[in-house]
Amino acid sequence: MSMSLFGFFRNRNTAPVARERLQILLAHERALVGGGSDLAAILREEILAVIAKHVTIDQEKVQVKLERGGSVSTLEIDIEMPGLAAAK
Amino acid sequence: MSKVLVVTSGKGGVGKTTSTAAIGAALAQAGQKVVVVDFDVGLRNLDLVMGAERRVVYDLINVVNGDAKLAQALIRDKRIEGLSLLAASQTRDKDALTLEGVTRVIEQLREKFDWVVCDSPAGIEKGALLAMYHADLAVVVTNPEVSSVRDSDRIIGMLDSKTAKAERGEKMEKVLLLTRYDQARAARGEMLKVEDVLEILSIPLLGIVPESEEVLRASNLGSPIVLSNPLSAPARAYQDAVRRLQGETVTMHIPVERKGIFAKFLSWRVA
Repeated sequence: MSMSLFGFFRNRNTAPVARERLQILLAHERALVGGGSDLAAILREEILAVIAKHVTIDQEKVQVKLERGGSVSTLEIDIEMPGLAAAK
Repeated sequence: MSKVLVVTSGKGGVGKTTSTAAIGAALAQAGQKVVVVDFDVGLRNLDLVMGAERRVVYDLINVVNGDAKLAQALIRDKRIEGLSLLAASQTRDKDALTLEGVTRVIEQLREKFDWVVCDSPAGIEKGALLAMYHADLAVVVTNPEVSSVRDSDRIIGMLDSKTAKAERGEKMEKVLLLTRYDQARAARGEMLKVEDVLEILSIPLLGIVPESEEVLRASNLGSPIVLSNPLSAPARAYQDAVRRLQGETVTMHIPVERKGIFAKFLSWRVA
């Protein structure tokens, strides 16, 4: 009885789970594929080139994310910088 | 001035063909000159949903290849004045379509019609890309379900990058048509809500078509739903959507089935 009651409540509100899964997935996919991909790749390369003039950075530690929104889109750049000693 | 509209989704089975037939028919009922074009080469179905399957002699590929003139391939709807169909080929494969050929045909259709409504095949390959390429406006058909929303997001990305408008640096206009919506289930938290899908996809809403038995009934009969049962909930949703396409401001709501006295009597008898 208690198990079936638990199951009844547990199975109901699945839409919020769907919504959250989609938001996480699409934030990731928009950065990788589709229309934004070309622009994100170009930006990534050019930003890296500018930074590389001054600091040695690990290419693997650079994240460039382009997120599409209704009225504004955001460009998120996350670069892990080495210690100051590495500065040219 | 003519407008080319693509009905697209990425995912199959969400209601592209039903929506193309309904939108095309409702535009024609409003007095517009309309052609609905099936781009699903090898798997044509718009002819069947429109009830014209026995009248197809020449198709889009024949026109593209110059085997038939456009006028020979256009099938005039016998029920609605101003509505025509250009069928896809059932025997050829999708590579039979070329960008040059499609461009030529769309140019000719623009001269003859107020609206060119292109029914895209599912997927993100050549057929889907050609169907969207010349569009001025895209109707993205989505079900309130995770895989459909994901695929729509992908298609939106392609509309913004792989169309003639995008290549010219112009903004591609995209609107969402949410189909198979069940308001009761959404209210119970069992189905994504309209606001959830809108927030995720970030494009304006064209309309909400409720889940309804009438849709299958219409395709069984080979009649666009706005013709087979114009007072049904999905038909009213499509009629409202088409008024919005024509620039009217129509309050957004989810139509519900109106039960007449006869229907009430029947359900009472059954109960």
